[in-house]
Amino acid sequence: MALIADTGRQGGGRASAASDPEPLLALRHISKHFRTSRQDTLALDDVTLKVRPREFICIVGPSGCGKSTLLNIAAGIDTDYQGEAVFEGAPIRGMAQQRAVVFQEPALFPWLNVRDNVEFGLKLRGVPKEQRREIVDRQLALVNLSRFDRAYIHELSGGMKQRAQLARGLAVEPHVLLMDEPFAALDAQTRDDLQLELQSVWARIGTTVLFVTHNVREAVILGDRVVVMSPSPGRIKKIIDIPLERPRTPDDHAVADLAAAVRYELQNVGAEPEPRYAI
Amino acid sequence: MRSSRLIPSRETGLKLLRIVGFYVAVIALWSLLGRVEVWSPFLFPSPEKVFASLRTNFANGLILDGLQASMQRLVVGYVISFVLGMALGLLTAASKFANETIGGVVLGLQSLPSITWLPLAVLWFGLSETAIIFVVLMGSTFSIAISARAGMRGLPPLLTRAAGTLGATRWQLYRYVVLPAMVPSMVQGMKQGWSFAWRSLMAGELLFVSVGLGHLLDVGRNLNNINMVFAIMLVIIAVGVAVDRLLFGRAEAWVRERWGFAAA
Repeated sequence: MALIADTGRQGGGRASAASDPEPLLALRHISKHFRTSRQDTLALDDVTLKVRPREFICIVGPSGCGKSTLLNIAAGIDTDYQGEAVFEGAPIRGMAQQRAVVFQEPALFPWLNVRDNVEFGLKLRGVPKEQRREIVDRQLALVNLSRFDRAYIHELSGGMKQRAQLARGLAVEPHVLLMDEPFAALDAQTRDDLQLELQSVWARIGTTVLFVTHNVREAVILGDRVVVMSPSPGRIKKIIDIPLERPRTPDDHAVADLAAAVRYELQNVGAEPEPRYAI
Repeated sequence: MRSSRLIPSRETGLKLLRIVGFYVAVIALWSLLGRVEVWSPFLFPSPEKVFASLRTNFANGLILDGLQASMQRLVVGYVISFVLGMALGLLTAASKFANETIGGVVLGLQSLPSITWLPLAVLWFGLSETAIIFVVLMGSTFSIAISARAGMRGLPPLLTRAAGTLGATRWQLYRYVVLPAMVPSMVQGMKQGWSFAWRSLMAGELLFVSVGLGHLLDVGRNLNNINMVFAIMLVIIAVGVAVDRLLFGRAEAWVRERWGFAAA
């Protein structure tokens, strides 16, 4: 089942990439200033990125490269910038269900249990109760949280919280899922587990994903393409294709090789690279 | 994940035993002191006499009438103060201008013991029901306003954003995120508001010629009936503890279950 879905997406995503179809999400010539009374920081400098339908894109870069700012602009959280952000042919004016976000911090509602959290977006949309329950059951099963559907947020581990956030985002059937360093605060083991889980979830539903991370290996494991960004000001340095079979694990040699290539790009960031490793 | 509360553990049994034992010991000591008449029985009654007075005054309806009158004032005053406090709190949380102006007044008035409103209330409203309700109102409004403001301001922007990306409209944001997020802070503020209201009501009734629990205390004093004074005080304690435990205790447990111990 997963294999069929996988090859189906491969055909749709990869092959049509060459003919360059209408992008689902297009960020064109985006510049963003953060102004305070003391200084004016250029966070993003003329960034252009096109996300194709059913594609998994990872943005990787050091802190301060503007990758999260870019995601916030795509989400409609940040609307103060120069340039053009277009989603499904229309300019992005604010937040919307079609562009659900999974945040780095567990942005779950503490007064609701896991089930009600996942149901939240459906309830706002006015989906009938029966249908809501069905969708929530399916999403919880997908992220392996069915057993904890009545638990409150403070009772969950960090990994479970992020799975709940993922289920909540997927429940509204977004056209693109925006993930902002969702695994950054987790321990290494949980992180590996969730990377595998996210791959299997994505193989089944095949939604478009824009995934921000500072972990190079994570970007290579998850992405169809990895966007390498450089800081001060934030620019796209290079976009690297990852033509590897899925599921991918951190131990795959091909993953390690491509991660090394991405890391090379990151290290040659800017005119005067700072020494990153003291050997 | 949650421990079963159906089977009382050995520990809770022992805890109950300690508590009951303590009160039995206190009453026994009290009874002994009353019996040997260390102090005059007109100043320090025995528990038997106090309980007898309690029975009599329950039977003749004095306590029940007083209780009813007091609770009525309390409920009316508290409900109005909740509405007012909520409005003030939301206004000062939402508007910077309101916070700089009205917010300061609210903070100032909250530090004023509410019984000091009584002379003013009597001048404005006369020796009426309105005057005493006004005092109760002044007791709890500002605590509720301050907690409503704190609750709304303490809402993490992350949750607002999460709701927005899940498609919440402005109205839905208030209904499904801002209001529920205020609950822990509101429970604290309403508990404090209730205790201020209850204290100022008793003080007001003491000084007031009217029906009510506080007034019954004054009646006991005028009749030189120390048994009655003790009995009424017990009733006042019982009401206070009951509301605190049953109403606010439950609300706090509800908050703890959802938010965890961090918020409680």
